[in-house]
Amino acid sequence: MEGLAGVDDGVKTEAMITRPSEARPIVMTLEGPEATAALAERLGGVLRSGDTLLLQGDIGAGKTHFARALIQSLQARHGAVEDVPSPTFTIVQTYHAGPLEIWHADLYRLADPSELAELGLEGALSQALTLVEWPDRLGTMTPSRALWMSFRIPPDRPEARIVEITPRGAGWERVLGALGAEAGS
Amino acid sequence: MHELEVTFLGIESSCDDTAAAVVRHVPGQMPSILSSVVMGQTELHEAFGGVVPEIAARAHAEKLDIAVERALRNAGLTLAALDGVAVTAGPGLIGGVLAGVMLAKGIAAGTGLPLVGVNHLAAHALTPGLSDGLEPPYLCLLVSGGHCQFLLVHGAEAFTRVGGTIDDAPGEAFDKTARILGLGQPGGPAIEAEAKAGDPNRFALPRPLLDRPDCTMSFSGLKTAVLRARDQAIAAAGGLRRADRADLAASFQRAVRDVLSEKTRLALRLYRDRLGDSPSLAVAGGVAANAEIRAALTEVAAESGARFVAPPLSLCTDNAAMVAWAGIERFRQGGQDGLDLGARPRWPLDRSQPALLGSGRKGAKA
Repeated sequence: MEGLAGVDDGVKTEAMITRPSEARPIVMTLEGPEATAALAERLGGVLRSGDTLLLQGDIGAGKTHFARALIQSLQARHGAVEDVPSPTFTIVQTYHAGPLEIWHADLYRLADPSELAELGLEGALSQALTLVEWPDRLGTMTPSRALWMSFRIPPDRPEARIVEITPRGAGWERVLGALGAEAGS
Repeated sequence: MHELEVTFLGIESSCDDTAAAVVRHVPGQMPSILSSVVMGQTELHEAFGGVVPEIAARAHAEKLDIAVERALRNAGLTLAALDGVAVTAGPGLIGGVLAGVMLAKGIAAGTGLPLVGVNHLAAHALTPGLSDGLEPPYLCLLVSGGHCQFLLVHGAEAFTRVGGTIDDAPGEAFDKTARILGLGQPGGPAIEAEAKAGDPNRFALPRPLLDRPDCTMSFSGLKTAVLRARDQAIAAAGGLRRADRADLAASFQRAVRDVLSEKTRLALRLYRDRLGDSPSLAVAGGVAANAEIRAALTEVAAESGARFVAPPLSLCTDNAAMVAWAGIERFRQGGQDGLDLGARPRWPLDRSQPALLGSGRKGAKA
């Protein structure tokens, strides 16, 4: 058993070496709502079903604005753009962008992760592109593979947003590529 | 047969409340609400500092039977005395809607009564007919926790959306502002009470999209502006002083009032352009309970020569009498569903209208 544990450790270390981006945040400053929308559009271009974005930040930090821009930019590729209202009241809103199913959830009004089963979120995480605001409510249902995005307002520049993007789990190369292009542009 | 007196059971469980009601209508007369039972979640939710849908959803399944039994008993009727069952089939939280639809199907299957699925938003928009006998066409401002739209109501199943919010609904803005200011939930009454002691002109908060000559609204940026003003007040005084909090609440409420009344003025103009003179303005939804907003809308209607109808609060918040009534209206027009009636989490009233575009490009938040 000791030997196996040792092998496990070795694999983990190896994985971390080959994925240097794991758990290391990419920090970007977005100058205004248009910059947030541009980032959302760029990310949207490389996201697939089964991808999960966990959006953190206080009230007014821009989580819903980012999600709306992402969903509408994806829908615009297929023609019909729908309204993307705040999901705070309805908890979950679902959309389609061509063949892609998108779930937009706001878990603020949840008190316990057990409530998630009733919303059908567990199935969505594997089958849809899922955007989750207030993901701290996910508890044990928090997916190990997710793109964590944390938004905050810099104290002296109310129009700007600082976003920290942390890819967790494997398979975010496309996203990292898109972000690299963003940073370099 | 549809021209005769009809009595419908209504079932509503699409969001936070579990409700059942019995409504009777004789053609040519005002409809009468024989019973209306709303089993609210307020007490449970207060403990969590907000609405907790799981409690609501679980309670729907547990409480629906009791609500229906109670509604029938209060009406002094049995299922045999009914002519149909109407149920909210969406939009809403899937767990709650499913629970209601399943119960309605069970009743319809067991009794042979007609089953009528109702759109929750249509039920709100048709409520002025139940409360005041208002007949279409009329302009309806539907303004609640999760919704904010202007609808031209042409009939029980014919609605044209002429505007709405591109982000948060006003009720949500009230809730979030209350959170920002450390006030209780639900935010509507909390802000209104706090605002009474405040100066509505103290903070220059934005009136988003007021410069646009259409009925598009945005309330998300207003919430962010309150947040910013609060932080400045805290930095200046070393904490949020009671007077500052009252002024912030009053300034926020004034901004929402200004946006809603100006956009209503535009919507009434649009109504005249499309449907001719003598408009009626109906305001449905919980936000209409706010005294300052209600007074402003009454004034806008008066200056436009429009009749103003605002159903009582008990019919503006979620209830099942509106569902029974919307069911009767649909039924009279031959509308009926089979046992394959599905629950629809999303169900826009007017699919013909293009989306209200988001704020990203135009910078509504700026």
